[in-house]
Amino acid sequence: MLSNIPILSSITFLPLFGALIILLTCSDDEQGGKNSKFVALWTSLITFILSLFVLFNFDNDLNNFQFIEKVSWIPLSNVSYHMGVDGISLPFVMLSTFLIPVCILASFKSIKKQVPLFMSLFLILEVLMVGTFCAMDILVFYIFFEAVLIPMFLIIGIWGGVRRVYSAFKFFLYTLLGSVLMLIAIFYIFSKTGTTEINEVAKFSFPYEVQILLFLAFFASFSVKLPMWPVHTWLPDAHVEAPTAGSVILAGVLLKMGGYGFLRFSIPMFPDASIFFAPFIFVLSVIAIIYTSLVALVQNDMKKMIAYSSVAHMGFVTIGAFSFTNEGLAGSVYQMVSHGLISGALFLCVGIVYDRLHTREINAYGGVTDVMPNFAFFFMFMMLASVGLPGTSGFVGELLVLVGIWKTYPIVAIFCATGLILGAIYMLWLYRRVMFGKAVKEEIVSLEKLSQREIIIFVPITALIFIFGIYATPLLDITQLSINNIIDITEFHQNKNTVSQIATLKD
Amino acid sequence: MNLYGISGEIFLAISGMIALLISVFSSKGSSLKITTRFCNLSLLISLILIVLSHQNSGYLFNEMYVYDGLSLYSKILIILGTILTLLIGNKPQKIDGFNQPEYPVLILFSVLGMVLMTSSKNLISLYMALELQSLPLYVIAAINRDNLKSSEAGLKYFILGALSSGLLLFGMSLVYGAVGDTSFSSISEVSSQNMSSILLVGLVFILSGLAFKISLVPFHMWTPDVYEGAPTPVTAFFAIVPKIAAITILVRVTFSAFDNAVTSWQQIIIFLSLLSMILGSFAAIMQTNLKRLMAYSSIAHMGYALVGVASGLLEGVSGVLIYMAIYIIMNVGAFIIILSMRRDNQIVEEIYDLKGISKTHPFLAFGFVTILFSMAGIPPLAGFFGKWLVFYSAVNANLVFLAIIGVLTSVVGAFYYLRIIKIMYFDENDVNLDVVENKSSMAILGLMLFLTLSFGIFLNWFVETTMGIVSLI
Repeated sequence: MLSNIPILSSITFLPLFGALIILLTCSDDEQGGKNSKFVALWTSLITFILSLFVLFNFDNDLNNFQFIEKVSWIPLSNVSYHMGVDGISLPFVMLSTFLIPVCILASFKSIKKQVPLFMSLFLILEVLMVGTFCAMDILVFYIFFEAVLIPMFLIIGIWGGVRRVYSAFKFFLYTLLGSVLMLIAIFYIFSKTGTTEINEVAKFSFPYEVQILLFLAFFASFSVKLPMWPVHTWLPDAHVEAPTAGSVILAGVLLKMGGYGFLRFSIPMFPDASIFFAPFIFVLSVIAIIYTSLVALVQNDMKKMIAYSSVAHMGFVTIGAFSFTNEGLAGSVYQMVSHGLISGALFLCVGIVYDRLHTREINAYGGVTDVMPNFAFFFMFMMLASVGLPGTSGFVGELLVLVGIWKTYPIVAIFCATGLILGAIYMLWLYRRVMFGKAVKEEIVSLEKLSQREIIIFVPITALIFIFGIYATPLLDITQLSINNIIDITEFHQNKNTVSQIATLKD
Repeated sequence: MNLYGISGEIFLAISGMIALLISVFSSKGSSLKITTRFCNLSLLISLILIVLSHQNSGYLFNEMYVYDGLSLYSKILIILGTILTLLIGNKPQKIDGFNQPEYPVLILFSVLGMVLMTSSKNLISLYMALELQSLPLYVIAAINRDNLKSSEAGLKYFILGALSSGLLLFGMSLVYGAVGDTSFSSISEVSSQNMSSILLVGLVFILSGLAFKISLVPFHMWTPDVYEGAPTPVTAFFAIVPKIAAITILVRVTFSAFDNAVTSWQQIIIFLSLLSMILGSFAAIMQTNLKRLMAYSSIAHMGYALVGVASGLLEGVSGVLIYMAIYIIMNVGAFIIILSMRRDNQIVEEIYDLKGISKTHPFLAFGFVTILFSMAGIPPLAGFFGKWLVFYSAVNANLVFLAIIGVLTSVVGAFYYLRIIKIMYFDENDVNLDVVENKSSMAILGLMLFLTLSFGIFLNWFVETTMGIVSLI
């Protein structure tokens, strides 16, 4: 019975209806804004409930894509609208559907102009994010992946801060430049294999030189999106200028598209090239972890600091993914999910004080703990989770990555661990400067406490971070089989390379 | 002789003459309105006649005139494009200061030339049709005679157009010298056996002449000036309709007359396409006049479309044909907005005049944003599918570098489209723009918007139709 309902398409396109309703019925005034918030919140909540249905019906023991939907789109070229989820995509689908209602709730007060447009853009963003993670056809994936630029560009540009125009342009053009090269690579794959099905393409083995070029083209797109050092510079700008909800979704989900791309495309489709480039990626990631941690240390802007810490945390993701070990890959997915929750929550924390004081300068704060005790608890929890304290999900992800990389490249693990210490330094220092001390400044003393709405936003995220921190099995079970598939592919190619090396040595 | 295959064109010619009489004999005040209505009606009827008569394909007049799928497809696009531009240019004409009832009549004759051009399968009929479509265009470029810019545009267009016709004619005479016949089938036969240097030089001249009509770099010099100088409804017509006819005949010349000499013309087309994409994208960055910007944008778009021809593959041609349909959709939408911009009853065409329009005219702004993102080639909008099809065919033909340069220039192009979006949505509203929103234009904008947003749904229909057409060229 279940197989008859196109559940993934329902999750994907339900928010679109919400967006259309808002665009067509809500006028740009107070009442319209109120209605649009209501419609957006309920649509996203229903979508979330539908996605829970997928989560509970997902079979962890089935080593394949599930909830498959396939409709032929262009029969002549063998392109079809093909959706499905496996262990790698499901966590991200859940992350998207979970964070969107949070974002919408978080922007109830902070968005003041053109509210209906904002709400509908967020719903459209949800359509595109879920579509990206569910697509099983590369072209369909690309369409969703690239279309994300449109709502995000408008969200940063219309509701952003002072330098919003510069940031929006930088975000758009950087990511577009990366992804058009991937588009050409997709066309090349299409023309050589005659198919755009992800499963079919993964079976095809490209010649070594071609793999290198294709890998680089995909790398151009995913490394900008993730972002990796040295193409990360758009991220701090975009984060600083974006409205709170925009930052949350940017850090929470959009960055994960890059990591997801590596796991879904780069490694399974171009295993030889991935093995070849792994050391190169380790070097970039280690630089990212240490360099951006140091940069984060000297920031005066809270959002900028968290943005740089995102780049550092994403370094763990790439290291885990390219370690080609079970722990590393699982840790990579775990780290992405946990970072999505933690950094999203950190941006929410910044948003909460920003809404009250209208500045993100660290020096403007101090002694907030006395005035906002509830907030101090949540912020503390998120800060510690970001540092990777045991008992939070951040710890599990980073530990798994470290264990994974220790098996293959211990030296990289040492550098990563250094990054962890740096992370602890800047986060604790941030917390000390913002929260501790005596509340002397007048505007700090008069800060409002957390409202009920704000507490409602934080409770589920905190709970999830905590649960994932002490009980990792459910998420690891979901991802296990899909990760085994990737490992099988890379191990096969690693062995093949060794065999051929031995063969050449014998000659 | 059975003239059924050409009945639509004959009807168009007769109604053009009747329209001329109507324009002269109707009262001065309402003359333009009546003539425009009559012309729209006759265009519609001739469209129906063409669709009916092109059900089967065949030849007329010793293979000088061919009616087949390709000509039917282009004729539908041409006539629909003309009707749409006449409709959207209908209201603003009075304010634009030109009230000549000759305008729709001249357009009608030009369209007659275009539909004949898409059907020509002989150098002579090609040349006659091409001149028939060009001459009225020179006149309507300068139709606002009291305006210095308009007259200059007309003169510039005429002189350069005459030069290009000369090039074309010279090329044709060389080809005739080498082949001994002017029909495409004989050219195809001779070029398959012996691609002599005379034939090659002739081909180069013919392609140059056609490149002028499509305004490809380096034959694009006239485009920005003419687009800027001509009254806006005329610019809309220039931007949309003649390109379809010229691209179609380019496809016919390359794939029907020189189908056996792909390597000879492929490099020329690649060269034209590369230059157009690069110049169109970079030169537009500096433009602040919307009409000039549209001129460069159309140069870039023609460069992208030509990538499909350059591939030398039939699926590339199918991509070009779909690209042209998308091009019409986007340009009609864009010109509706440009045509409705007013301040203090004066026409304004600077991009900065659009400031803050998102708050005063949300629907118009939303429409323009969608169309601009589509022009930048961002999925899931129509423009992306056009680029997909042509670049895919280039990759398929092992022209990966062409595709890479194409997508890179489209990133540059995205910059200037984004700049307009920025002005509309991100800038604060300090100048107020009056917008003439008339109902028919808004309805057309809504339709174009719908097509831009949902083109992916119709894509399969387009692919199947055009693949069926090009397999019979």
